[in-house]
Amino acid sequence: MTRQKRSHHKLKRAVAPYLYLSPSLLIIGLLMLLPMVTVIAYSFQNSAVLRRDPSFAGLKHYQAIFDDPVFWASLWHTLYFTCMSVIFHMTIGMIFALMLNSDRINPTLRNILRVLYILPWLFTAVIIAVIWRLLLEPNGVVNSILMQLGIIGSKVEWFSSPETALHAVTFANIWAGYPLFMVSLLAGLQGIPKDFYEAADIDGAKAYQKLIFITIPQLMPIIISISLLDFIWTMQVFPLIWITTGGGPIYSTEVLSTYTYKLAFSSYNLSQASASAVVILLISLGLTLFYIRYQKAR
Amino acid sequence: MTFRIKPAMLKIAAAAWLLGATAAMADTTLEFTQWWEPELPAGSLRKIMDDFEAANPGIKVTLVSGPYATTRDQISVGAATGTLSDVVGLDGAWVNNLNAQGALADMNPMMDASKFDKAQVADIIKVDGKAVMFPVASFVYPVFVNLDLAAQAGVTKLPSTRAEFLEAAKKMTHADKNQYGWVLPLSLQTPSGVQNDMMSWVWASGQSMMANGKPDLEGKPVVDMLTFVKSLNDAGTISPGIATKTEQEKVEEFVNDRVGMMIDSLAHVNLIRKRNPKLNFDLIPVPVVENYTGKRGLPYASWGIGISAASKHQEEAWKLVQYLMSEKVNAKLVSLANAFPGNVNAKPDFVTSDKAFGKAFEIFKTGYLANEFTGLPVAEDLMTQFDVQAQKMLAGEQSPEQAAAAAQKGWMAKF
Repeated sequence: MTRQKRSHHKLKRAVAPYLYLSPSLLIIGLLMLLPMVTVIAYSFQNSAVLRRDPSFAGLKHYQAIFDDPVFWASLWHTLYFTCMSVIFHMTIGMIFALMLNSDRINPTLRNILRVLYILPWLFTAVIIAVIWRLLLEPNGVVNSILMQLGIIGSKVEWFSSPETALHAVTFANIWAGYPLFMVSLLAGLQGIPKDFYEAADIDGAKAYQKLIFITIPQLMPIIISISLLDFIWTMQVFPLIWITTGGGPIYSTEVLSTYTYKLAFSSYNLSQASASAVVILLISLGLTLFYIRYQKAR
Repeated sequence: MTFRIKPAMLKIAAAAWLLGATAAMADTTLEFTQWWEPELPAGSLRKIMDDFEAANPGIKVTLVSGPYATTRDQISVGAATGTLSDVVGLDGAWVNNLNAQGALADMNPMMDASKFDKAQVADIIKVDGKAVMFPVASFVYPVFVNLDLAAQAGVTKLPSTRAEFLEAAKKMTHADKNQYGWVLPLSLQTPSGVQNDMMSWVWASGQSMMANGKPDLEGKPVVDMLTFVKSLNDAGTISPGIATKTEQEKVEEFVNDRVGMMIDSLAHVNLIRKRNPKLNFDLIPVPVVENYTGKRGLPYASWGIGISAASKHQEEAWKLVQYLMSEKVNAKLVSLANAFPGNVNAKPDFVTSDKAFGKAFEIFKTGYLANEFTGLPVAEDLMTQFDVQAQKMLAGEQSPEQAAAAAQKGWMAKF
């Protein structure tokens, strides 16, 4: 084989993998990178989308949203909503997974519970929002039960009061999201070798010790992975909040997604909306990088 | 079996195809984007378009239909990219933005050239002197009163003034039975409650929220209206859950005998009857301030129509607009939509066949259409800002004057 032929062959071998990858790279580029780059570009333009000849705005729109107290309130509400959701998703998911994995519960009852516990996952966000709006409305079932039990003295406007609205939407989101943890942890629990527990029994370990020293460490990779993913997804929740409260009352449930939506479709300020979207992108990107690094380290 | 196609038949087919293709090429096809078709009985808007095509040979109309919100977004993007349809269905709240984008044609020259009788239309929406929209069909917002609840509460005379309304609302309220005098939807998801359920009180008394083309929210009319709404709230007459209540929920509460009075679109009359055939209700104009005897402004939402500035077929587009605004066609369209006409001479058939609509038509004829959000910049955003301040006021965080001042500041930034 001549030298030229050899180098040609080498080149072909080097290029081949990229050729195989090119269809998916093209699709990713078109469907993900292009919109992302476009939104980033919009955030630096005046009257983006609305004018055919938008001028360069520099960091003006970022400055505008950082100067807006509603943006900071939205960021705080987003963090509260997300952190509480992830913590309770994990806690409830773990309790239910342990329950479904336990031999102490009758198998028939276990199967019934398995179906019941997974139900919230089967509903779309819109259905969940409608269900909770009906349940938590001032004349709804929840108030009626709480009043009969003497827990509250008068009707509480769960979604309409600035004091309770954020907690109410967070509660609805917790209800909607725990099955992801439950299913993932249940799969993890079923994968823990029985030998560990048998050895612990021989050593006289109590139930809580087995939980702390065997179950949780064994599940830790799943807990961290799912928590990070849940954090990223919950941060972007929009329909549930939009349908239940619309970001109100006042700004008490305004989160970054509703804040951005209002900028885009209520104020038609698509440049500022893009700047806000880029901020959300950067936060999500930071978490995603953290997730990728964690996955690599494993 | 074998088929033989004779050469003569082939020639005829080719000639027919050629003729059809030539005719098709000669036709002007207008694109008409709107959200009306899904809200009208199936096929009815297409039928009107077919009649238009028959009356105007050489012009074809393609309907681009979708839900309201989708149409709004589609039109915004179309305006930005220069791909707006030739004829567009418009909401008054959009026209300022679209005009700022240079997306809407001025219909003044078209009206002049065709000697269009301007007196026949109920309203012409103008921005910067340009005639950009006609309301084709108007959905007015009177007060619906549950007559059974009123009778049980001892309300014998239906309210005509704000003071009478407050008294009636107090009498109809029995919180222990989940029954309230009035309902106010101020959800931020759809802040139209500001326009329909709050500002309507201002317009009903012939007042305005504007002065010299600028917001005048700190003026007496708006502050008085806020004070009045606060007094209704303080008296406990408003159904709870104001801050997240939507228009649909407002109607549901009325349908289920949970509120005595509501301001609502006339378009919901049939829906209300369908949901509760036994509901005994009447319609009255929005009550006014004491001693007001002038004409009453009637809040309304409309199906507006305009022509794209980028359209290459403006002459044909104007023919379609004229057609839809003409007396007979307009009457037919609004009869289908249960709306009031954009042509003042048109009389929809339901006003003679239906008592409630007949009464509303009388209210419509004795008053005037009033919606000051029409033509304002980012109207929905203005409503949202006012909504937030009204919510703060109703939550006891600020006075009506402070709410008005805060809203004024926010609005001025948008002008």
